[in-house]
Amino acid sequence: MSTFALAWRSLGNRRGTALLTIAAIAVSVALLLGVQKMRTAARESFANTVSGVDLIVGARSGQLNLLLYSVFRVGDATANVSWSSYQKIAHHPDVEWTIPISLGDSHRGFRVLGTNNDYYAHYRHAGGRALGFAAGRGFEDLYDVVLGADVARELGYQLGSRVIVAHGLGDVSFTLHKDQPFRVVGILAPTGTPVDRTVHVPLEAITAIHLDWQGGTRAIGDVRNRDLTPDAITAFMVGMRSKVMTFTMQRAINEYRGEPLLAILPGVALTQLWGLVGIADTALMVIAAFVVFAGLLGMLTAILTSLNERRREMAILRSVGARPRHVFTLLIAEAGILAASGVLAGIALCYGLLIAAAPLLERRYGLVLPLTGLAPGDIALLAAIVFAGLAMGSIPAWRAYRNTLSDGLTLRI
Amino acid sequence: MTPAPLTPAIHARDLVFAWPGKPRLLDIPEFRLEAGERVFLRGPSGSGKSTLLGLLGGVLTPRAGSITLAGTDLTALGAGARDRFRGDHLGFIFQMFNLIPYLGVLENVTLPARFSAARAARIPGGDVVAEARRLLAALGLGERDIESRPVTELSMGQQQRVAAARALLGRPTILIADEPTSALDTDARGDFLELLMRECRAQSASLLFVSHDVALGSLFDRVVSLADLRRPTEAAA
Repeated sequence: MSTFALAWRSLGNRRGTALLTIAAIAVSVALLLGVQKMRTAARESFANTVSGVDLIVGARSGQLNLLLYSVFRVGDATANVSWSSYQKIAHHPDVEWTIPISLGDSHRGFRVLGTNNDYYAHYRHAGGRALGFAAGRGFEDLYDVVLGADVARELGYQLGSRVIVAHGLGDVSFTLHKDQPFRVVGILAPTGTPVDRTVHVPLEAITAIHLDWQGGTRAIGDVRNRDLTPDAITAFMVGMRSKVMTFTMQRAINEYRGEPLLAILPGVALTQLWGLVGIADTALMVIAAFVVFAGLLGMLTAILTSLNERRREMAILRSVGARPRHVFTLLIAEAGILAASGVLAGIALCYGLLIAAAPLLERRYGLVLPLTGLAPGDIALLAAIVFAGLAMGSIPAWRAYRNTLSDGLTLRI
Repeated sequence: MTPAPLTPAIHARDLVFAWPGKPRLLDIPEFRLEAGERVFLRGPSGSGKSTLLGLLGGVLTPRAGSITLAGTDLTALGAGARDRFRGDHLGFIFQMFNLIPYLGVLENVTLPARFSAARAARIPGGDVVAEARRLLAALGLGERDIESRPVTELSMGQQQRVAAARALLGRPTILIADEPTSALDTDARGDFLELLMRECRAQSASLLFVSHDVALGSLFDRVVSLADLRRPTEAAA
C-alpha cells in the first residue's frame, strides 16, 4: 500500500504529463466503449426493424431477397403472390392477422407501399413498439397517403399536401401518373427503420393508378365505381394466433401447391442479414481497439521517458531500504493508476457524450441508445485494458529494476 | 584471540572487488569501524569509494572476503535479506539532492520507517512523526513552516539536514555519509558537521564519513585513507 501511495505522489509530481496520458487513454476508451454501445444498439435496432410479425410470405425466391424487398424496400420481387392465395392464407383459422404489401411505385425517390390499415394496427418495430402517428390518421379514402417521417421532413410535406405517385422507381420517372393526385392524411413518428422512408397508400390505390394502362391510354371515368381488388400483391406479413403454430404454417406455405410461395421467419432472416452487414462494425471495433493500443503506447512512452531523470529517486529509495522489487512495483503501480484512471475517465466521457447525443441520434436516425450500465462484456473489455496497461507497465518497471541493480546507491544526476 | 569488548560496527576482511572484465578495484585486507566510533575515510574520487559504500550497503557483492556489519555476515545473506538489513541498520547521506522531490519534509524523514519495521519499532513511543520532528529540531530545523515547504525550495544546507534526520530516524547502527558537506559553504559545513556528530553521539551510532576534504578530519576519532587500506603488494604493483 505504501508503494501505491508513493506511486500516487510521484505521478502528482508529474501532473501535466500524467493528465495528458490519462486524457489520451480516456479518449481512446470512450471511443471503444462508444463503438461497443453503438454496435449493440445498431444490432438491436436492426434486429428490431420488424418485430411482432411471425412470418413474411412472398413468391418463392431467396430468404434474404424476400426480407430485403418486403422490409428494407431494397430490390424487387421476381414474382407476385396471387390475391386468391393471399386470401386463402389470410382466412386460415390459425392466422390472426395479415398485412398485405404491394410495391413497385415510387414518389420522388421514395418507395410507395400499398397496404391497408392493418399495417398501422399490427406492424411492430424496436421490440414491440407500434407505429405512431406524429400527425393525422390512417387511410379513409382511396387517395389518402400516409408518409414516413423522413419523407415528410425531406420533401417538406404537411397534412393536406398533394402528392403525385410515379410508376417505376426512378427519381423522375418517365411515366408520371399525374392524373391521380393523392392527399397526405397522416405522418408517422420516426422509427429508425425503412418505414421512415416509405410512402404508404391504400392497396386499392395501387390498382387504381395502374388501371387500364396496359393499352397506353386510359379509360375516362370514375375509378371509384370499379372493382379495385388487386389481382396480386408483392408479399404479406402474417401474425399467428398461437406462436407454436408458426412452424407448421411456414411448412404449409412452403409446400403450398397452388403457386410457389416462400414463408420466412423475420428474426432468423434478420440475423442472417446482420451476419453480412455486421462485418463493418467488427472492423470499427478493431480500429477502436488499435486506438486504445495507441493510447497505452503513449503511456508507455511517458513512463519510459521519465525513467532516466528518476534514477536518483530510485537510488534514494534503495538507500532507505527499498528492494528492487519495490522499484518494480512502484512503476507497475504508476502504469496501473494511469490506465485505471484513463479507463474511468473514458467511461465518464463516453456516458457524457451518449447523454448529450442521445436526443439527436434518436431524432435523426431513430437509433435508440438506452442508457444502460456496463454490460459484462464491456466490463471484461475495460478490465482487459487495465490489464494491458499493467502488462505494458512491466516494460519500464523491468528497465527501472535493471537500472536499480546496476546503479545501486550511486546517485546519478 | 581476545574477545572484543563490543561487536565492531563494520568488520571487512580480505575484501576483493572488481567490475566484470576490469582489473581489481578494491583489495582490502582488513577494515574495522568500532561500535560508536566516528571515522573519517579519505579518498579522491575514482579511488573506489562509491564501490566500497556499495559493498557496505549490500547492493554489491565482493568477489572474495567477508563483510560483517554489527555481527551479521553480509556476504552470507541473499539480495533480499541484504536489502532488509540495510533498511534496518544503515542510514545514508549523500553529497546532494538526497530528497525525494515529490514528498514533503516529514514524509522524506519518515521514509525509512515505511520500508523497515525494525526502524519504526525502535522509535520511542512508536510516534514516527514526533521523532521526525525531534530529529529535525535537533538538527536546527525546528521551525514549523519548514514542514510545509516543498523540499526543492529548501537551501542546500537545509536539504542536507533533512537527509541527516532521515538517515538517523529509527536509530540505525551505522551512519554512512558520502561527501555530505561538499556542496555546502564553510559556515554551513561546520554547523552541519557539529549537529550530525552530536546526534550520532546521542544515538551512539557509528559514523563512517567519506570525504576528500582533509580539513574536517580533526573532528573525528580516527582518519583513514582508502589508499592505506589497500593490500601493500597491490599498491606496489
